[in-house]
Amino acid sequence: MSGVRALVGTRKGAFVLTADAKREQWDISGPHFAGWEIYHLTGSPLDPNRVYASQSTGWFGQLIQRSNDGGRTWEPMGNEFQYDGVPGTHQWYDGTPHPWEFARVWHLEPSPADPDTIYAGVEDAALFRSIDGGQTWNELSGLRAHGSGSSWQPGAGGMCLHTIVLDPDHPERIFVAISAAGVFRTDDAGETWRPANRGLQSEGIPDSDAEVGHCVHRIAMHPSRPDVLFMQKHWDVMRSDDAGDSWHEVSGNLPSDFGFPIEVHAHEPDTIYVVPIKSDSEHYPPDGKLRVYRSRTGGNEWEALTKGLPQSDCYVNVLRDAMAVDSLDSCGVYFGTTGGQVYASTDAGDSWAPIVRDLPAVLSVEVQTLA
Amino acid sequence: MIRVVLPAHLRTLADVDGEVELDIEGQATPRVVLDALEARYPMLRGTIRDHETQQRRAFLRFFGCGEDLSHEPPDAPLPDAIAVGAEPFLIVGAMAGG
Repeated sequence: MSGVRALVGTRKGAFVLTADAKREQWDISGPHFAGWEIYHLTGSPLDPNRVYASQSTGWFGQLIQRSNDGGRTWEPMGNEFQYDGVPGTHQWYDGTPHPWEFARVWHLEPSPADPDTIYAGVEDAALFRSIDGGQTWNELSGLRAHGSGSSWQPGAGGMCLHTIVLDPDHPERIFVAISAAGVFRTDDAGETWRPANRGLQSEGIPDSDAEVGHCVHRIAMHPSRPDVLFMQKHWDVMRSDDAGDSWHEVSGNLPSDFGFPIEVHAHEPDTIYVVPIKSDSEHYPPDGKLRVYRSRTGGNEWEALTKGLPQSDCYVNVLRDAMAVDSLDSCGVYFGTTGGQVYASTDAGDSWAPIVRDLPAVLSVEVQTLA
Repeated sequence: MIRVVLPAHLRTLADVDGEVELDIEGQATPRVVLDALEARYPMLRGTIRDHETQQRRAFLRFFGCGEDLSHEPPDAPLPDAIAVGAEPFLIVGAMAGG
């Protein structure tokens, strides 16, 4: 019987939420790794029972855990993230050079082609790859060696590589996004990279359309149309129709174009979801109303989705990795909040209900559709 | 025999209850103890000291015999009471909060 498994990373552990295809009754397992920050938890597209977790704390550093039974039991994997060669420097908040220092893994992205290959986006920004199921990690240092690397500066959350998008049609093509450097693309499996930020406008930086320096929060792609990318930037929702060569704004009628996650419907490549947040200094929804906005036109025209979501006195945030979709016939949409709620919609966003209300602050949500 | 007390999170990670007992040849020093600990429990590598620099992680402390041994050189001999197992070598997570 088909079903879904939601993998939820929180400030104080990981939770695994499972349901059958009706998605009405949920079994909640956890906390796994109680007390640790779980920035991301995700499964292999090829082997859904293989699940990876990024586990860290300020006390004990970074661990990578792997499960081979869908998150029931776990095994620590390799946790050595060594920058390639002499790490060099990037810019610090005060503009001075600052040595690259590993802090944590923000995001894990398993390969859709090989169950033992997985990518890790880390802070300070770099991309690592494991080809042995997470036992050892090597940096794809061509990214950091890009000529602009020494000028990258951290965003408020640190200088993190938080988004990794693998092109299913072109295995050599990878997109990454870094706060606050922007999007970079490789077409040779990570050997060389180039910025992909043309068209982005960021008023908070000296040169508003600079090649790098943009605070990109998240990018998303539908696998059937890999040249089309959607972006939630610090401010602005953006779209590219040429694999990141250029971007144009599609914020349209959103009440605020600030936010963190952006997600694409599993079956409709032009249906996208964002969660508007009031501003970068007020990380909560406008008017205390938690509203997901959906565009069925690939942007510009947005509708508020409110049924089942709190429409007063709601001041939570939804972080960049905390939204996901399933691929059942009626597409499920899921998101977690900094207030510990995980909401699910089984009708593509028309209506919502909480799966669980009182988890620690949610950092990430991924959803697996199980056969 | 050296007795090592791990903080709770690392006991969970290493799947141990109570103290860890390590047999060590030669002079007992922080480095020798940690090398032996990590050899027995590889999952602890990187959690107590940095993989590359081997520096103690900032929010951990090494205590023993009522003293803070955190700033002793890694090759300095540990107190005799720790070296003979009369007292444990304590790896302590720094307290943090309000």
